[in-house]
Amino acid sequence: MSTEASSPSRHILLLFAHPSQARSEVNSVLFNAAKKHTAVTAVDLYAEYPDFNISIEREQQRLLEHDVIIFQFPMYWYSTPALLKEWQDLVLEYGFAYGKGGDALKGKQFLCAVSAGGREEAYQTDGFNHFTLRQLLQPLEQMASITQLTFLAPFALFGSRTAKEEHRITLHSAVWTKLLDSLAQDTLDITKARQLENLTRYFDEQDLHK
Amino acid sequence: MTGYFLQAFIYLLAAVVAVPVAKRFGLGSVLGYLIAGLIIGPVLGLVGEETNAIQHFAEFGVVMMLFLVGMELEPKALWHMKLRLLGLGGLQLLLTSAVITGIAMIAGLSWQVALTIGLIFALSSTAIVLQTFQEKGLQQTEGAKGAFSILLFQDIAVIPMLALIPLLALPELASAINETAGQNAGHGDSLVEGLPGWLYGLVIIASIVFVTVGGHYLSRPLFRFVASSGLREIFTATALMLVIGIAALMGLVGLSPALGAFLAGVVLANSEFRHELKANIEPFKGLLLGLFFITVGAGIHFATLFENWVLIISITLGVMVLKALVLFVIALLFDLKGSNRWLLTLSLAQAGEFGFVLISFAAQNNVLATDLIALLQLVVALSMFLTPGLFILFERVIMPRYMHGSGSRQHDTIDDKGSVIIAGIGRFGQIVNRLLVANDFKTVILDIRSEQVDLMRQIGTQAYFGDASKPGMLDTAGIKQASLMVIAIDDRETAVEMVKYVKLAHPELKLLVRAFDRGHSYRLRQAGADYLISETYHSALEMGAQALRSMGVHPFQAERQKHAYRDIEAQQSDVLYEAWKDDASGVRFDNNYRELFMELQQLIDDALKSDLHDNHSKRRGWTPPPKGYAEEQLKNQKD
Repeated sequence: MSTEASSPSRHILLLFAHPSQARSEVNSVLFNAAKKHTAVTAVDLYAEYPDFNISIEREQQRLLEHDVIIFQFPMYWYSTPALLKEWQDLVLEYGFAYGKGGDALKGKQFLCAVSAGGREEAYQTDGFNHFTLRQLLQPLEQMASITQLTFLAPFALFGSRTAKEEHRITLHSAVWTKLLDSLAQDTLDITKARQLENLTRYFDEQDLHK
Repeated sequence: MTGYFLQAFIYLLAAVVAVPVAKRFGLGSVLGYLIAGLIIGPVLGLVGEETNAIQHFAEFGVVMMLFLVGMELEPKALWHMKLRLLGLGGLQLLLTSAVITGIAMIAGLSWQVALTIGLIFALSSTAIVLQTFQEKGLQQTEGAKGAFSILLFQDIAVIPMLALIPLLALPELASAINETAGQNAGHGDSLVEGLPGWLYGLVIIASIVFVTVGGHYLSRPLFRFVASSGLREIFTATALMLVIGIAALMGLVGLSPALGAFLAGVVLANSEFRHELKANIEPFKGLLLGLFFITVGAGIHFATLFENWVLIISITLGVMVLKALVLFVIALLFDLKGSNRWLLTLSLAQAGEFGFVLISFAAQNNVLATDLIALLQLVVALSMFLTPGLFILFERVIMPRYMHGSGSRQHDTIDDKGSVIIAGIGRFGQIVNRLLVANDFKTVILDIRSEQVDLMRQIGTQAYFGDASKPGMLDTAGIKQASLMVIAIDDRETAVEMVKYVKLAHPELKLLVRAFDRGHSYRLRQAGADYLISETYHSALEMGAQALRSMGVHPFQAERQKHAYRDIEAQQSDVLYEAWKDDASGVRFDNNYRELFMELQQLIDDALKSDLHDNHSKRRGWTPPPKGYAEEQLKNQKD
């Protein structure tokens, strides 16, 4: 999908956590697109660790070898699926990711690629879910902060249950590829990407300016 | 011939009646045998003169006991407890025998006799005390551990004592006896008679070396050869042959048979055949020792007791008080606290069965005069009769005082995790064993295939050759202390029988059993097994899941399907088991069962399929809300 001829300067680690991929309509499309991207190492965590027996050694090695870390997951009860939480609990060890001598992740970029069943209007302080998506992801934002990762705004798709019927997936996937390109080439305006509510906006705006 | 049968019957009957009754009253088996002897001897007069002849034969029980004691003493374990052994045991023996010898000399006896009496009374009763500890669940207390060290030291010390006593022989007694027994002495079953001193020494050293080295290197190929024949009685014969052969060899060179047997026992303590040997020798030892105690009981002179009852009772009490005092001092020195100090003091205050052995040995060697022998036997027996009373005193009076205070008993039992017996160390048992051992649990491994035991030993696993279906074998493997038993043997019938027996004899023991197939697992379950696993079930499930993955099913989905299969199987297994039990009386797998089995297959099929073909299935897990849910939310929000 990458149109750039030059080899990408940075490596992206995509950690995909989806326990029910047979039902997936959005995430599987994004994941398959990412798999084809030369800069991306795409890991299906539920395929690799179906019994939850995560190899800490292997996962830490992967983190060391990449510059950008992406968690891709469908929101389950305003949080990550269980295996991704397990991954955090096991892999982000003291002395590796945080604490004394724990600066293995320092300066790497981190973002979440999320799909949410509810509409964006529901994810508002006065909405049905009472919090914005970014607010709900604050535990991950703080995780990034303590592990010295640079936290970027989430790349989110709302109303994912009907995205297929409303033909929104193709566009979303195209924006996703654009995001991966710019992450690989380090062309993203980080200050802006940190401030946004949703990274999908970043490109909507840019496209408008072009 | 009939006369022998009659006599044997009287002895056995007395034991069969008296021993269980004595045990019921908390007196222990040793007292039971003594009482049985008392009844058929002095009381009823059913047996008489022949008891002396039988006693010599029964003393062979002591030889076997020392063989078994030796086998309990792995050289390594012995080294580990050297401080306690030498400290506690050495002090006790030294102090007690010194004090009693001194008193006996003051009473006007010659120093040889006094020393013999001192040694006799210094010993305590291993048989009574260890058994009582076990019956009352005290083994793991500090007091009982100290007592065990002392008893062990005493048991070992008996051997040099047996060597020492002939040197104390009184010339005037010897000459008196030699006149009457002179003609017997000459028939010469000794090889070393008439040899010069240096050659005699050489022969002795050579025979000890032979027992040690031979026990180590020759016994294994022999046992392996015999074990491979699969004939159980031949193994028993081999075990007996070994002990009797050593006793004979030692007799030939003029050494104590007990010493030889003990040495052989120590040499074999590390052998993979240890438990099987123990299981085979144990019943003989038990019966012979029992016989020995019966003859002691039968040989008690009531006349002497009635004539001197004041003297005998006061000597008995005096000896016990003295022994208790010495023990109390030692307990103080070794910093035993609270109830443990009292346990050590009271438990070992009696004289013991080795006292009888020493007495009769001393009598044969002309150290003690006949009237003194009768008196000493009465004192030893009486002190043993009183021992259960001391334990009752400890339990009722002393323990309650300390129970609420320090709570030291709970503390003592922490290190006793209980062990696991694993029957069958094939490919299955090995994995179970490795998991347990890696987590610091003590396992005792038994297998009847000696090649397999060999193989395990070569890779550093402590396995023993032994038939785990034999109750005696399980006893020596420590089933009483075990908290868990894993049965992974290949013979299906034997496994079922084992479960039945173990559940009957040790209902509190947890039994994990490998079943061969469904039918076998039902039979094991009926026999009372606590946890069952069919040998191929889990590996087949794993293979099935891998097959799914290989066909492109998502690994997590395959994992889920595996779990679903397992869940339904578990839910339905009770139903199937009940159906099987109903049918078990008639044809095993009859129509009703077959129908249920088909139903199970169908249930599994349905459950696994529904997840694949239907996005909103009955199978639960990560089901998203229905498609229109987000819009519903917004509507609710606006309302």
